[in-house]
Amino acid sequence: MAASEQPAESAGRWRGRLHVVTGKGGTGKTSVAAALALGLAAGGRRTLLVEVEGRQGIAQLFDTDPLPYEERHLTDAPGGGEVRALAVDAEEALLEYLDMFYKLGAAGRALRKLGAIDFATTIAPGLRDVLLTGKVKEATTRSVGSRRAYDAVVLDAPPTGRIGRFLNVTAETARLAKVGPIKTQSEGVSALLRSPMTSVHVVTLLEEMPVQETLDAVADLSQLGFPVGRVIVNGVRPPVPAGRAVTAAELKRGLAAAGLPTDARTVAGLAGEARDQRVRRELEDSLRGDLVELGLPLTELPLLPDGVDRAGLATLADALVRAD
Amino acid sequence: MPSEDAAPPLDVDQILADPGVRIVVCCGAGGVGKTTTAAALALRAAERHGRRTVVLTIDPARRLAQSLGLTELDNTPRQVKGIDVEASGGELHAMMLDMKRTFDDVVLQHTDPTKAAEIFANPFYQAMSSTFAGTQEYMAMEKLGQLHARGDWDLIVVDTPPSRSALDFLDAPARLSRFLDGRMLRLLLAPARSGGRSMFSLVTASFGMFSKVVQKVLGAQLLTDLSGFVAALDSMFGGFRQRAEQTYRILQARETAFLLVAAPEPDAVREAAYFAGRLRDERMPLAGLVLNRVHEPAAELGAAESLAAAERLAGVGGHEGTVEVLRAHAALAQQADREQRVAARFTEAFPAVPAVSVTAQPADVHDVDGLRTIGEAISRR
Repeated sequence: MAASEQPAESAGRWRGRLHVVTGKGGTGKTSVAAALALGLAAGGRRTLLVEVEGRQGIAQLFDTDPLPYEERHLTDAPGGGEVRALAVDAEEALLEYLDMFYKLGAAGRALRKLGAIDFATTIAPGLRDVLLTGKVKEATTRSVGSRRAYDAVVLDAPPTGRIGRFLNVTAETARLAKVGPIKTQSEGVSALLRSPMTSVHVVTLLEEMPVQETLDAVADLSQLGFPVGRVIVNGVRPPVPAGRAVTAAELKRGLAAAGLPTDARTVAGLAGEARDQRVRRELEDSLRGDLVELGLPLTELPLLPDGVDRAGLATLADALVRAD
Repeated sequence: MPSEDAAPPLDVDQILADPGVRIVVCCGAGGVGKTTTAAALALRAAERHGRRTVVLTIDPARRLAQSLGLTELDNTPRQVKGIDVEASGGELHAMMLDMKRTFDDVVLQHTDPTKAAEIFANPFYQAMSSTFAGTQEYMAMEKLGQLHARGDWDLIVVDTPPSRSALDFLDAPARLSRFLDGRMLRLLLAPARSGGRSMFSLVTASFGMFSKVVQKVLGAQLLTDLSGFVAALDSMFGGFRQRAEQTYRILQARETAFLLVAAPEPDAVREAAYFAGRLRDERMPLAGLVLNRVHEPAAELGAAESLAAAERLAGVGGHEGTVEVLRAHAALAQQADREQRVAARFTEAFPAVPAVSVTAQPADVHDVDGLRTIGEAISRR
């Protein structure tokens, strides 16, 4: 792969600077987010991979120590790029935010000791989300000199069931804060999230529940005015050639020709597996059809037989940024 | 089943049939088939073991909910019709949790209607009852406590919320009661209790500064709403904590059986192992692990052998159908090997926890027949 060609290619395909990756639990959205950050960093670019749910999923994926609330080098990308990582913590973000506006210093720590920060983010969940997304916005729009700090920011976002509410910060905070900087802040975040700079991608598997949640999430996000980017189908198995089902007699002849056992149990077992597979593939095809009907660009990622290790991530990254 | 040799086999029927077991809690990561497992176990308890069973589901897939006759979210158990309980005399009831309504009911139970109306109108209450991280977990516990207290059922099967982490289910009640009982609330309440108009008049300097900052950041209206919320909730504190503690004790009792649900994927297995450790620490009774979606080749033919034979045959030609079948079998066998390695991480950490594997179904389950099949598979019949 010629890394130097990648930025141009991927820039066309992955429009925008902030990539929000959501998906039903268990679909592999953290792996996909990490692979996207890796893919977009290839060829000398710098990306930031952010998590907001305190799960330390990135650290587990990369087998590193838990991430602090601090942008850290995570890994190099092919062609001289770099992926940095950040675990945003709502409490830390609030302290940082208060410090920025009110120069709190040690008093901020005192508030934390008192439980004030925990209290504030607990009593007003919308506040928590606006702090988290606010930090993501800051990183996305930050400049160092005349250059952007990051070519792209990839957010490992909450799952499909919560994504609409998470991104819809203005509605959530408007209920609580009618004036003041939090309101201004949430309006700024909302403007970024609804701009062409942002793209929300939904990760799914070719299974009924994840596909249903994908359809629901896409409808929900579109209705709320968030730009939906791609639907990413994870764990796709290689296609099987279309053809009629093999008969038991044919199978028996084939096994004999290959020098394998041809006892009734083996033949019936293999035939049963083939039948199950056919049923499964038909279901997958019909689910894929449902996704195609959304009219969104679809990216399929291969099932990794050995799980998502470092090499697997590179494979996914490659599949994500390669042209269709 | 080499992966199960290490762990003792889990006998689900024994649990479901035991009159001493009155609560089965299914917990685990999201997307592992928790709800389906809970529904299948409840159906089996009713049909096979003649128990008057209720299943509390949190967020069932639409078609699964429909198969249980759950077409509306009305927060009360409804009897499931069209199941086979003639011989056993059991019953199956099912309900979906309505988090906000459960919270409202708790409020109504602990306070008079005027005060309740005041609380319902408060924006903080609205935010907290519908979006507070942990409310769903807390309300699932609350509902479980309610169903248990009613004493109408022999067996309550509970599905747990698709939390950020399965641990939220255990932690939420404590967190909520800590929160409602916390220093911050007492500080906020102090002036309200003494009847003062300025809610921060009696507190420390740093707190005075906090209130100033809060006023600046969030606006003064917010403080008024907040103090109103806190004052209104004051009367309910004791009740909240007491109930959370009660439910917690029920979960520790012998009448409860926790079943971990996982799929043979690293995240789900890690979560299950984490949860098993937590249950041990909290002295809660872990009955076993249900490992869903396990791939099991029907033919005993190694992956490498199968693949080599496929290549050989492809070279010979004329056996395209068999080549495809062998390739598919090799992929299946590889997947099965990988799944066993992943599952072994749990059994190595918790060798004494009984386990059962449930073979992956070719299609998703959304009717009673499908649930029955899953029930058979879980109980290895």
